[in-house]
Amino acid sequence: MEIQTMTPDKAKIAGRAAAHDSAREHVTGCAQYVDDMEATAGMLHVAIGHSTIANGLLASLDLNAVRAAAGVVDVITFSDLEHATDIAPVFDGDPLLVDGKISHFGQALFAVAARSHRQARQAVLQAQASYTEETPVLSVEQAMVDELYVRPPHIMKNGDSQAALANATNRLQGEISLGGQEHFYLEGQVARARPEESGGVTVWSSNQNPTETQHLVANVLGLDMHRVNVIVRRMGGGFGGKETHATACAAFAALFARRNLSSVNCRLSRRDDMLMSGKRHGFLNKYDVGFDNDGRITAIEYTLAGQCGHSADLSDAIVDRAMFHCDNAYYLPDVTIEGLRCKTHTVSNTAFRGFGGPQGMMAMECVIDEIAFVLGKDALDIRRSNLYDDIDRNVTPYGQKVETFTVPRLFDELEASAEYQTRKEACRQFNENSKVYKKGLALTPVKFGISFTVKHLNQAGALLHVYSDGSAQINHGGTEMGQGLMVKVQQIVAQELGMSLERLAVMATRTDKVPNTSATAASSGTDLNGMAALQAAKAIKQRLIDYLQDQHDVDASAIVFAADCITVALDSGQAKVYSWPELAKFAYTDRVSLSATGYYKTPQIHYDRASAKGHPFYYYANGAACSEVMIDTLTGETHIVRADILQDVGNSINPAIDLGQVEGGYVQGTGWLTHEELSWDAKGRLLTDGPATYKIPAIGDMPETFNVALLDNSPNDAATVFHSKAVGEPPLMLAISVFAAIRDAIASLDDYKSFPVLNAPATPEEVLAACTALRDKK
Amino acid sequence: MIRFLYNQELVELTNFAADLTVLDWLRLHRNKTGTKEGCGSGDCGACTVVTVSLVGNDKETKPQLSYQSINSCISFVGALHGKQLLSVENLEKDNALHPVQTAMIEEHGSQCGFCTPGFVMSLYALYQQNEPEEQLLNRVDQALGGNLCRCTGYRPIKAAARVALKHRQSTEAQREDCEKLVRKLQSLAVETTQTSDRFVQPQSIAELASYYKQHPDSRLLAGGTDLALEVTQQMKTLPHMVHVGHVPEMRIKQVHADHLILGAAVTLSECLEIMSESIPAARDMLLRFGSDQVRNCATIGGNLGSASPIGDLPPLLLALDATLTLQCGATTRLVLVQDFYISYRKTCMQPGEFIRSVKIPLPKPDSVFAVHKISKRTEDDISSVCLAIHLPQHVGLTTHARLAFGGVAATPVRALNAENSLNGRAFDEQAVREAQEQLSDELQPISDARASAAYRSQITQNLLRRVEMEFSDGNTNDDT
Repeated sequence: MEIQTMTPDKAKIAGRAAAHDSAREHVTGCAQYVDDMEATAGMLHVAIGHSTIANGLLASLDLNAVRAAAGVVDVITFSDLEHATDIAPVFDGDPLLVDGKISHFGQALFAVAARSHRQARQAVLQAQASYTEETPVLSVEQAMVDELYVRPPHIMKNGDSQAALANATNRLQGEISLGGQEHFYLEGQVARARPEESGGVTVWSSNQNPTETQHLVANVLGLDMHRVNVIVRRMGGGFGGKETHATACAAFAALFARRNLSSVNCRLSRRDDMLMSGKRHGFLNKYDVGFDNDGRITAIEYTLAGQCGHSADLSDAIVDRAMFHCDNAYYLPDVTIEGLRCKTHTVSNTAFRGFGGPQGMMAMECVIDEIAFVLGKDALDIRRSNLYDDIDRNVTPYGQKVETFTVPRLFDELEASAEYQTRKEACRQFNENSKVYKKGLALTPVKFGISFTVKHLNQAGALLHVYSDGSAQINHGGTEMGQGLMVKVQQIVAQELGMSLERLAVMATRTDKVPNTSATAASSGTDLNGMAALQAAKAIKQRLIDYLQDQHDVDASAIVFAADCITVALDSGQAKVYSWPELAKFAYTDRVSLSATGYYKTPQIHYDRASAKGHPFYYYANGAACSEVMIDTLTGETHIVRADILQDVGNSINPAIDLGQVEGGYVQGTGWLTHEELSWDAKGRLLTDGPATYKIPAIGDMPETFNVALLDNSPNDAATVFHSKAVGEPPLMLAISVFAAIRDAIASLDDYKSFPVLNAPATPEEVLAACTALRDKK
Repeated sequence: MIRFLYNQELVELTNFAADLTVLDWLRLHRNKTGTKEGCGSGDCGACTVVTVSLVGNDKETKPQLSYQSINSCISFVGALHGKQLLSVENLEKDNALHPVQTAMIEEHGSQCGFCTPGFVMSLYALYQQNEPEEQLLNRVDQALGGNLCRCTGYRPIKAAARVALKHRQSTEAQREDCEKLVRKLQSLAVETTQTSDRFVQPQSIAELASYYKQHPDSRLLAGGTDLALEVTQQMKTLPHMVHVGHVPEMRIKQVHADHLILGAAVTLSECLEIMSESIPAARDMLLRFGSDQVRNCATIGGNLGSASPIGDLPPLLLALDATLTLQCGATTRLVLVQDFYISYRKTCMQPGEFIRSVKIPLPKPDSVFAVHKISKRTEDDISSVCLAIHLPQHVGLTTHARLAFGGVAATPVRALNAENSLNGRAFDEQAVREAQEQLSDELQPISDARASAAYRSQITQNLLRRVEMEFSDGNTNDDT
């Protein structure tokens, strides 16, 4: 694929399709992940013993055989925790080790440190636990009946939906249930801790949120934060799963490191990881919608019920984000949205790419499709007629005005490039002639709000050093999980300083370099850290400009940083060209500080949760996808024939990285909505606890034809770094087009007369059941 | 003692634990951490390494090098004897990256990078296949089907595969290296003395049979893809293993006009190659059976002997009425596959007895013969249902119908009543309807994480219908 630079004039470095900064290390196996760090002599390995019931009390725990097992050096239970015992990020409820009360299968009862990873895991199996078991609540439905919530329900309201529904020309009710999703980062949860002479600890962690882990490890050890240093060079995938759930491994490693004064590695086996770490929230979404004969929505009421698991974790914000996104790209005049945070006796669900947004949007797109079927109209027409506009249908249910809304343009361009109308007709033709295989087509939009909805998280810091040989290092608070944040920030700084990428090293994220950082999450990595790094670069650049002005008595405008050197246009008409090594050496010798911090906070955002009104997002990211699927109505198997995607990333800082996010997000979303299925038994034990039973997309699941493009000439109106737009999460929701296309294919069985009831994931079994239901109807 | 090459270095191991995996050897014993553990169960491919072994190493033919990707997390180090092991660290030569590595960089094929070494090694194995470019380009999905990537969505990795394969070249220096490697491997393969009872490598069927009869508690190791899960998932220690891979009788591959005879240690990859020719209807199922990494290790005997109700070979062999040769000591006996399974994960084999080979009758050209596997995901997934249907035709009527299923009972089973209802009549819609009713009565599928009983029941019936549709009009797939 030819990758075009999006901003040729502005960007020689930013805007270039530079390779991932670690690409060479990746392909040679040199890239070091936590478990790859060399083992020190006497290093201990941790394994965690967990509960085998979902709800009840721990009656007894006999660990004698565990202590006696080969290689075991130390064993801890709740009573060994001398300081903080809870590692919850926001609201208490996530005990590091169980203190009697058990609230999900796989909850940590004790931890073992042994001479080897294998010995630790073997020792754990020797434990004898007995329980007083109670019936677990395992479904959203049951939690709603019992009114079991991890946080109170929250309501967002605009206008009078009740009255508007009563007066609606057409009205329908429905519901859609959505499964959760396992992150399945290829590198599981892992941390390494080393005790330090000060009584503190250094922790290397596969972690999206080093500051939070620093804070919680300090609490667990009873230390000030300054005694704990958390380092993250890279993760083997995060996707939200290492935003809060990476803390447990770090805390266990740190505890054992302090207790035994030796280095400690804590790596979860894949099965333990899947049992013990949170997943995407499943949702049950209900809607009651009124619409006119053109399919325009006049009123809507939603109940969005998220399965939060046993504790709050980040669920309040996640269900909020589902509520913020159940409009997707459409104007909802009179609207009431109720968000429920249902408590179940399952692992505490957590952040996962989209953070509730996808679940909210799925409800909206389901509504749109149903309206289209009821009215016998093309779904794309219904989508178009409900889009936000820039006249008066432009305010969200939470009061934010929708600006720089590119979906209409995306629709027009994608409808043409994907040949939507022709192919829609071709699919219908195909279905008339095909008894068994049926095709479906759908084009859906994404409007995703960018910013943390918790205001204070929208800040970032950076630290830039230029050394006396002209080489430089950039640190910032963001973490690298494969999304290409490091190379983007490298490009931003290099662009500002006119420096080659080779001259600027990207460094591991460390809490001793940049403090008080936010999680790398909410698609905000580049927006926040790129901007902070840019500020640091500007600071050093300004000092060098001041210095050169002094030296040469010229205007600032006479000094140009470009092409890896610094050129001063002298009054004589001649130019003095400095290489970086030259200038750095001169500046250092003349005592110019070559180290600077940068800081950034997102402007304009505010939100009042009590009134559920405000401006929580700095801007919206937009995209659209058109997917064609073919289903096998004898087996329910689905296949993506073709996908066309157009994503608005503003001025792309790195189009190759951005395309990678778009493609990867889409395929990850298709996994969530098709064959990734979490399954528990009646006692709350996760049955899909490994890749043998839990199936993420494999190479054959990629669309046969996959056309992905970035919208050209669409700089962000908001003053983001180089007017780029966030790209991490939004593309995941492009996969909703696949789900809608499957619905379209199934509907052909009844000549598009009825709306197929289809829940996610649309596994072969789910699709076949929907086909059978429709065939029976006919 | 075992001897193998790690890259160019000769490794000789004597006192090693039988259950030491190749992954642990690399990472823990050699500190070669480029190879990653993603799952420890052979399902993700992050631990993919390549083995190079000699094939056709007899007097008549010139020996060839066979490059195979394997999952190092479920491969035992003892099975490396006589081979070369290559990990991702070994591809760079004289500071120059291998073309698959360069292509992965240029096509932006890595994001988080954790799966990347595994993809690189799978691509390298493909790159090294002695086949024309066109053929290899068609095999990219197959070669990478056992490697999971959670970041990229695979598009750039496929692009990298294409770029690398299109720029394959063979230089004189490479040919010389190959010759050198052949000679090195030949010198490795010399018989070794059995110095340990931990990892025994019989060189003949008599030696194997006699040893196993005396040590029935030793574990037989063929491909190890199932056995290793006891070590990596259940954390068992397996102190004694008998590796059957060096026994010539266990490796026979005979293709006859009306039947095949395959040794129990013939791998599924070899099986795929042979059956693609002789039982083409089984090809699609075999391509959905595990991944290249698994098929390169897993064997026919292992798949049959583990007696899993969801093994994918048993339905095929049941439908074809295959016969096993079992051996215990010097005694052999013939057992029909249909009599082999007693109950859940239990066979009729006695302690010390093992599967030596299987005789598979081929379907007659005019028989209706079909094999279908249904799973949540196409690549590397375990069957919800696997079925094989064999309906010999005589003057337009079905005789001796055999319908065999995996995933619908505690063992692989035939559906005798449904078979009877198909016999003696034309295979048409009406016959299928009656057989479907029988099927729903006589099969008792289970519900589990993969599928519900109701779904399994429904698709067994639907697949029978599919076979009939394909039979009656040649192609119901319309223009697909």
